[in-house]
Amino acid sequence: MSTLDPATIFRQEAQELLEQLEQALLDLEHAPDDDDLINSAFRALHTVKGSGAMFGFDAVATFTHHVETAFDLVRKGKVAPSRALIAVGLAAKDHMRLLIETPDLAEAADGDAILQSLKQIVGGPSPSMAAAEAAPEPEDAPQGTSPEGTSTWRIRFRLARDAMAMGTNPLLLLDELRGLGVATVVARTEGVPALEEMAATECHLAWDVVLTTSQPRTAIEEVFMFVIDDMELSIDAIGMAGEGRRIGEILVDRGDVAQQAVDAAVAAQMPLGTLLVKSGEVSPDTLAAALAEQQHVRTGLGAAGTGPSALPGNPQGGVKGAAKAVDSIRVPAERLDELMDRVGELVIVQSRLSQVAAFSNDAEVKAIAEEIERLAHELRDTTMGVRTVPIGSLFGRFRRLVHDLANELGKRIELVTVGEETELDKTVIERLNDPLIHLIRNAIDHGLEAPEGRAAAGKPAAGRITLTACHAGAEVMVSISDDGRGLDRARIQSRAEDQGLIPAGAKLSDAELFQLIFEPGFSTAKEVTSLSGRGVGMDVVKRAIEGLRGKIDIASTPGEGTRLTLRLPLTLAIIDGLLVRVGTGRYALPLSAVEECVELSAEEDARSRGRSFLNIRGDLVPFLRLRELFQVTEPPDRYQKAVIVSFGGRRVGLVVDQVIGNHQTVIKSLSKLHADVETFAGATILGDGAVALILDIANLVKLGMAYENRFKAAS
Amino acid sequence: MTAWKSGAPLEVLTLGLQGEVFALEAAHVREILDLIPVTGVPNSQPFVGGLINVRGKVVPLADLRLKFGMELQPPTIDTRIVVTEVMIDGDPVIVGIRADKVYEITQMAASALEETPRIGMRWRPEYIRCIAKRGAEFIVVLDLERIFSRGDARDDAATPSQRSAA
Repeated sequence: MSTLDPATIFRQEAQELLEQLEQALLDLEHAPDDDDLINSAFRALHTVKGSGAMFGFDAVATFTHHVETAFDLVRKGKVAPSRALIAVGLAAKDHMRLLIETPDLAEAADGDAILQSLKQIVGGPSPSMAAAEAAPEPEDAPQGTSPEGTSTWRIRFRLARDAMAMGTNPLLLLDELRGLGVATVVARTEGVPALEEMAATECHLAWDVVLTTSQPRTAIEEVFMFVIDDMELSIDAIGMAGEGRRIGEILVDRGDVAQQAVDAAVAAQMPLGTLLVKSGEVSPDTLAAALAEQQHVRTGLGAAGTGPSALPGNPQGGVKGAAKAVDSIRVPAERLDELMDRVGELVIVQSRLSQVAAFSNDAEVKAIAEEIERLAHELRDTTMGVRTVPIGSLFGRFRRLVHDLANELGKRIELVTVGEETELDKTVIERLNDPLIHLIRNAIDHGLEAPEGRAAAGKPAAGRITLTACHAGAEVMVSISDDGRGLDRARIQSRAEDQGLIPAGAKLSDAELFQLIFEPGFSTAKEVTSLSGRGVGMDVVKRAIEGLRGKIDIASTPGEGTRLTLRLPLTLAIIDGLLVRVGTGRYALPLSAVEECVELSAEEDARSRGRSFLNIRGDLVPFLRLRELFQVTEPPDRYQKAVIVSFGGRRVGLVVDQVIGNHQTVIKSLSKLHADVETFAGATILGDGAVALILDIANLVKLGMAYENRFKAAS
Repeated sequence: MTAWKSGAPLEVLTLGLQGEVFALEAAHVREILDLIPVTGVPNSQPFVGGLINVRGKVVPLADLRLKFGMELQPPTIDTRIVVTEVMIDGDPVIVGIRADKVYEITQMAASALEETPRIGMRWRPEYIRCIAKRGAEFIVVLDLERIFSRGDARDDAATPSQRSAA
């Protein structure tokens, strides 16, 4: 792995930078005045551009250059970071990612459209990449057609008022036009009536499109094939030859204004367009459209003439990128795995040494053993720290998802994240990405009501999605909760009965019932509207989480919302454990789950034969005799101990023969041959080299609860 | 399909279980250990009821005697653990196999190998790769993948466990 492909390095680096950019953009939406955020976005763009140029990602560098130019204006305070700008910025980020990762799929026209909208927002000069990228776009152009074989068309159209009601989507038409070549689109809003007169379903806009394409006129006409009857459409060829055409000529040519008006304006010696607008000869929209056309033709020619070299990559940016890389070092994940293994072995040997030293009378040996113990622990913590990353890096990605989904669905959504600093193994985080996306999507799509529904239920208009992460014992809990309508018990029950998953009339607890939504194929969206989709793909989510040896819990209150909790074990880890003995077997349990150890008095031991409950300062805590659970035949110790463990707010006592003490527990997973043994979460190696099993607290607590419930039902 | 059918000799490790001689394909074998302390796994299938520490790795220990319904005898000075690598449901898994005695690594000529007869076998034929004839005796070459495959990992003889320490 020492000879990493530089392109791979660039891709990795760019991925992080793009994430940084996205974060900054999303934050800007809420804090548009924050200079740090603007600078952060700018730096990310600058570095991508520089490194891109250095590693030969010229398309990326060129594209990024324009975006950077726009953000430079923002940085200098010349342009405000408006919502529109942020939206385009995000689109640009997506396009950059596409250019970097799958350049074959990146449509030059898309990038160009982004740059155009950026230009419109920023207002500054932003040379189109049109011709530069139009050249290597062979699939649209007929064989042997050079870029010079393209022609430029002016397409002006206004759809019938009821076009949208008839199912026409103007955006699709525009996309189709963009697909033909390089298009500059200007929407004309002068037809839009005052708000009170406006019917939302009617189409009031008109569009002017300047399209440079190698396709014939008929191809353009085909775009409008299905709507042509009721619309106004004009398609005129405009020569690219008119490089130096003035705005007045264009306006006259377009028939927007009479020649006399232009002459009068020219005589007044003011910027022509402004003047014409002022005098009411042309509307601002008309002027904007004409200016866009001028720009389109000019840049198209300019780029075709001088080629991509006119758009310089910035080599200095590359140098800066390299200098920055000194701050962090990229290490292949498997090397960290190896390191972790070594440290694990070291910790095992160290605990052996401690054990030997404990029986030694040599003070010096004891001192050395202690010193090594301290070092080993520090080394362990450092190594684990290297391997883990805060889950915030994952949560951050979802902000974009929520942002986009909110726009798409017309819901207002607030995303709250808690516990972003919770650290998890990097591989676990990577593998959580897809399941979490699915769950969040579900929560937004199906959990949260539409704004009207929320108003009716007396909830705030903005739905709230909360992502929480925290360490709970030896596990990390990640939960996604919404304040939406909650799961519909009755519906799930009837669906499950229909599908034969449960017998008719079965009485299930909420937890059991909700687990049914993870059954493959449960709930088909069409039939169960209030739950639609909740079952589709949930089985995939469940499998993914189980693949991480995790579990999913669901809690839901009708009208108040749903909470899905993922419980993930710290698979690749060393934990502080408590070592206990049951019969001749030694077992480790995560110390963080242990609340206290109490002695089971002889009378309590005797009395509790029938009902196994401990009185812990007034609370009844059920306990499990591990001797019985593990079918131990050796005689019990005289004084039985109970280790009180808690999980998810529930407490259970585990009765053992002896509490041995603390132990640095290197978790080793059990093989497939023991996959069916549920009471153990893994195994570890003790100081004397023997293997000890690690108790699965979650499972034992569940057993204890089942016991408690039986007891309650009986009494 | 298999090596021995292609005419190449089969290299095997021969071991004793309850006085019977069995063979494992040598390709599966990683190392042979003296008996080391075994940790019992409560509530697991007795056939794979133990765990051992093999150079810092936790490895399940299988007792084939339970798979074949043999009587269990306490370990002797000859008892060994054969550490093997077996494909279980598509993934390589390290498994220790307890043997009463380990004899040798030897080559079985292809001509000495025969298909498992359908009848007249004391052992379940699906666990047997082939039968090797050596002199007057027959050696059963075990099919470890079949023995450990998940659907078959339960005990065939429901012998109560005597698995904990050895």
